[in-house]
Amino acid sequence: MSFYLTDAEWAAIQLSLQVASLAIAIALPPAVLLGYALARWKFPGYTLVNALVHLPIVLPPVVTGYVLLVLFGRQGMLGSFFEDVFGIVFAFRWTGAALAAGIMAFPLIIRPVKLSFELSDGQLEEAAHSLGTSRLKTFLLITLPLALPGILSGAILGFAKAMGEFGATITFVSNIPGETRTLSLALYTEMQSLSGDAGAIRLTVIAIVVSICALVFSEVISRRLSRKLGGQHD
Amino acid sequence: MIDVDISSRLGDFSLAAKFAVNSGITAIFGKSGAGKSSLIRMIAGLSAPDSGRIALGERVVFDRTASINVPIQQRGVGMVFQDSRLFPHMNVERNLLYSQWAAGRKSAVGLAEIAELLGISHLLKRRPHGLSGGEKQRVAIGRALLSNPQLLVLDEPLASLDASRKAEILPYLLKLKNEFGIPMLYVSHSLGEIEQLADTLVLLDAGKVVAHGPIAQMLSNLELPQLASGPDAGSLLFATLNTYDEQWQITEFGLEGQRLQLPGQLGKVGQDARIRIKAKDVALARKAPEEASVRNVLSVVIEGITETSGPYAEVDCRVGEQHLRARLTRHSVHELQLAAGQQVFALIKSVALDQ
Repeated sequence: MSFYLTDAEWAAIQLSLQVASLAIAIALPPAVLLGYALARWKFPGYTLVNALVHLPIVLPPVVTGYVLLVLFGRQGMLGSFFEDVFGIVFAFRWTGAALAAGIMAFPLIIRPVKLSFELSDGQLEEAAHSLGTSRLKTFLLITLPLALPGILSGAILGFAKAMGEFGATITFVSNIPGETRTLSLALYTEMQSLSGDAGAIRLTVIAIVVSICALVFSEVISRRLSRKLGGQHD
Repeated sequence: MIDVDISSRLGDFSLAAKFAVNSGITAIFGKSGAGKSSLIRMIAGLSAPDSGRIALGERVVFDRTASINVPIQQRGVGMVFQDSRLFPHMNVERNLLYSQWAAGRKSAVGLAEIAELLGISHLLKRRPHGLSGGEKQRVAIGRALLSNPQLLVLDEPLASLDASRKAEILPYLLKLKNEFGIPMLYVSHSLGEIEQLADTLVLLDAGKVVAHGPIAQMLSNLELPQLASGPDAGSLLFATLNTYDEQWQITEFGLEGQRLQLPGQLGKVGQDARIRIKAKDVALARKAPEEASVRNVLSVVIEGITETSGPYAEVDCRVGEQHLRARLTRHSVHELQLAAGQQVFALIKSVALDQ
């Protein structure tokens, strides 16, 4: 058995990194805003929004993928809108894989984000307002930097989840080599082939290493930042 | 000049406050739950009352009928909170200058001057979490001052500190008062702090302003049991430091043309002082005592005698323009045949110097 990755496997890993990066870029800004809203505001429909956000965790991934296909397919409501207005196509493209991965990773991202906004109860913001900064500026200068540990650890966990997303991706954008065949899909393909055991093991090892690294990295970063910010709650 | 006339309902609690006070330090005093914090949050603009009007100096900052509600960012009110609320991700200097670099405020006094005055110059590069409670609170005061406020609001700034830390902060607050003359609203449930600092007192009870007026007058008003009863109740007198006697180590104060002596060196000649005398530490005599160990004897005129419940009577005496209270037994009052208008001698057993 060879320890070296084949070109196709390399391509799958690179594609996974690319897909996960775009997924986080898409998912992080709304996760931060929504995490803030859920942590600090009480509004009508709070429970519904909170449930919707966490839905991808409990929903079968194939359902999420199918809903995406219906909405973002070329005939879908949103799919045709994005194609007409921005010229962006999701169906059977790597961008679609990123969309699916971003949505599947969303609950994982928003959890630590929301938590870190909940840790402070708006008292520092009051002080900042009394010193003259507007709500927006206070959010950027006080609220956001203090939530940074949560945002970063959410982003890293989300990235790891996005790299390995399978069910929703294969349902929505299929398994096209070089376009949508990410790490998990490549692994699945190798398992299906008669001679794919070695490749499957190689990719499995990589998936495990990536996941462990992400978990450790996320933990280290949030600890370091918390220490640096220290005494947030005294 | 702070002119407040507001009312608000907060759940089961209703707040109705009407008072007008001049500059200097105004204490808002009341038990916890009396509505002190709610009141100053409305004055500062952190929340809005249901109705009424708030004016700071010439400026109306809130008026429900005229739909005026100046946002907190523009009210020019510097806040000092009980829990200093320093920004943990910035060092002390960035905290102090926050209103300048983040909100573009200009301050008449500089960072160096404020840091020096508050004794925090050596902390500028430190982060808040390494500071002691007293240091944090001084930085918070400096930060509020450097935002160039028209009014400084201090919400129980010493409540979370232990006794020695409190003693560490009070002199700085006095310095602020003397050197900047910035009007302050000082919220506290500690009468001791208020006696040392305040010029005016607003008494709040169950969401209502019960009374407001000059501090000494309020403290001797027997109709305000919150202030004037209790074993330690007494009088606050304003005196001037006359001389210090090196041989006997005695400081002499001038009070309405008379003298009070306190042991120890207690300040500089010519300095104003607040002297607190508990009513139970004052005895009255018809004649000036001779060969007595009590050194402080003031000639006073009895203004009135109030027989409270129980064995005691409160005797209100006048020293020049100021008031001194004595707590005697009703029996003594009867035996000495004390009555309003009489000139008697007050023997003061113990005196506390507040500043």
